[in-house]
Amino acid sequence: MSGFDTIIEGVLLGGVYALFALGLSLIFGIMRLVNLAHGDLILLAAYLVLSATTALGLPLAAAALLVVVTMFVLGFVLQRLVLERVLGDDILPPLLVTFGMSIVIQNGLLLGYGADSRRLQAGAFESSSVTLAPGLSVGLAPLTALVTAIAAVALLQLIFYRTSLGRAFRATADNPAIAQLMGVNERNVYAIAVGLSLAVSVIAAVVFGIRASFDPSIGPARLLYAFEAVIIGGLGSLWGTLAGGIVLGLAQAIGGRINPEWQILAGHLAFLAVLMVRPRGLFPARRT
Amino acid sequence: MSVESIRIPARQEERAVDAPVWQVRVGTRLSRVAAVAGIALVVVLAALPAFASRNLIQDLIFVFTMLTLAQLWNVLAGWGGLVSVGQQAFVGLGAYALFAAIVMAGLDPVAAIPLAGLFAALVAAVLGPLLFRLEGPYFAIGSWVAAEALRLICAQFKSLGGGTGMSISPSELSQMFGLKAVQALLGLRPAAARDVLVYWLALLLAVLVTLGIYAFIRSRHGLALAASRDNAAAARSVGVRTARIRHLLWIAVAFATGMVGAVVYLQKARISPDAAFSVTDWTAYVIFIVVIGGVRTIEGPMVGVLLLWGLVTYLAQYGSLYLVVLGTLAILIMLFMPRGVWGAAARRWQVQLFPTQRWLGRSR
Repeated sequence: MSGFDTIIEGVLLGGVYALFALGLSLIFGIMRLVNLAHGDLILLAAYLVLSATTALGLPLAAAALLVVVTMFVLGFVLQRLVLERVLGDDILPPLLVTFGMSIVIQNGLLLGYGADSRRLQAGAFESSSVTLAPGLSVGLAPLTALVTAIAAVALLQLIFYRTSLGRAFRATADNPAIAQLMGVNERNVYAIAVGLSLAVSVIAAVVFGIRASFDPSIGPARLLYAFEAVIIGGLGSLWGTLAGGIVLGLAQAIGGRINPEWQILAGHLAFLAVLMVRPRGLFPARRT
Repeated sequence: MSVESIRIPARQEERAVDAPVWQVRVGTRLSRVAAVAGIALVVVLAALPAFASRNLIQDLIFVFTMLTLAQLWNVLAGWGGLVSVGQQAFVGLGAYALFAAIVMAGLDPVAAIPLAGLFAALVAAVLGPLLFRLEGPYFAIGSWVAAEALRLICAQFKSLGGGTGMSISPSELSQMFGLKAVQALLGLRPAAARDVLVYWLALLLAVLVTLGIYAFIRSRHGLALAASRDNAAAARSVGVRTARIRHLLWIAVAFATGMVGAVVYLQKARISPDAAFSVTDWTAYVIFIVVIGGVRTIEGPMVGVLLLWGLVTYLAQYGSLYLVVLGTLAILIMLFMPRGVWGAAARRWQVQLFPTQRWLGRSR
């Protein structure tokens, strides 16, 4: 049954990667911005949740909610004060600003929290498991991660296709100038998109922080996994991103089963292989 | 001196008489003075090991190698629009190729440096077509993924130290080409003589790469590259082979970056995957140098590397704080002075030591 175990492990791991990827996919889809600080912002969220539980003594759920609101506001302000100034035809300025942010956040966390590994405490939830079928039981925390990822994709799909905010998102993504003529406030739409991206990243941070320990240096790796999930899944499709995360998780689980040193490498190679065989991803959006 | 020597008659009927003619110019009087001063500076720097302290020599090795990396990244990302965050891949490959050539093949370290560059160029040639499938900003993260994959692959080679790395013993480097001559010439011990040799190699690379990029940008190929960046479709319509010029640039930059990696690790004589493929050391600092100094100028990286060197002296002891300060500075410059320190100064006072822009003016 060890092969089957590996597949279950990979699929569950993929849920976490999909959660990493959603925020990145969201702002690229709407404003063509690649946020190189995405991974470090996830780490920042994880540390903020950690501080809210330890310093303020809040329960994990309340801490997460507080940080969701905080990060949404942070994203909104970040777009209005910083990113808005560099968005344009030239791709260099936004990349360099977000890369600068990545280095600043990573080293700021190192100064504030030190290099020690931390973990979010979720009590009995961490170690409990559920039995899905006779002889098949999975950890509750990894399963919750996957269910959360599916719920998050469904919720974002709902926002995108069933609300006026979603209509504004799609209109601005298609043509900002015409969307503005139709009364959409482009600046607000972009700022809400970045806020939403960071809010989703908090969910990713909590789910990840319960499952594994983290330290300030691992942010860039989160960015790379998120990116790989987006590209493997295909640009412009949120369900594709979920599938991309699962493919990445599977590749890592299978590679890790063969040789523990190959886990991460197997993920990267799977990404490069998809790029070689299907450059538009496995499940690209029908319209570009 | 003008690279472009296209002469366009101002009007049809004026062609016969000795009429004013339009001419595209790149050079200025100041740039000719700067060229002479530049040659003098290189001569002084080449003679420096005769009287400078070993500390200064080691500092300048850092300055020259970082300057070379910054010039290379500037031409790739600034002029070419290939914003790579994965240049550490080629530093690391160059370094590992050097160690492999010395330890496994027993080659002379100096002879191994161009081979290290070739190895990096070869890997770039293979990776290029794959990464170019990712458009614009996605290329940035794609190059980073490639660098991470290469780091993990290098960590698999147990004979090169695996994940923890390895050192080269001084005795293995004692027979290095030119070392005995430097020892005799300057009366130095082997370790100090090796620093001097590496110093000259680093200076040579910095000068060659800077001149090469300067000549390339001023040539018609440089113009074609800038056109591919600004509007690929329009550039193709006038006959520029945009994909080919970018691919060749990517390979050439990898070649030089690999040689820099080999030179850096020849001095360090100790390698590990995490250090040789460090995104902070070989890409973040390099990007900060270019952004602070000025993107798309030859002078910008020079100004940037001197500022970085100045800041290192005061702030390096604080480690993380140093990077927070540098990163914040780079963000602020990008927001409020997007041309960088040199770019802003050049615009304000109309000075260009290494002009790359073309001016249309009347001759005579």
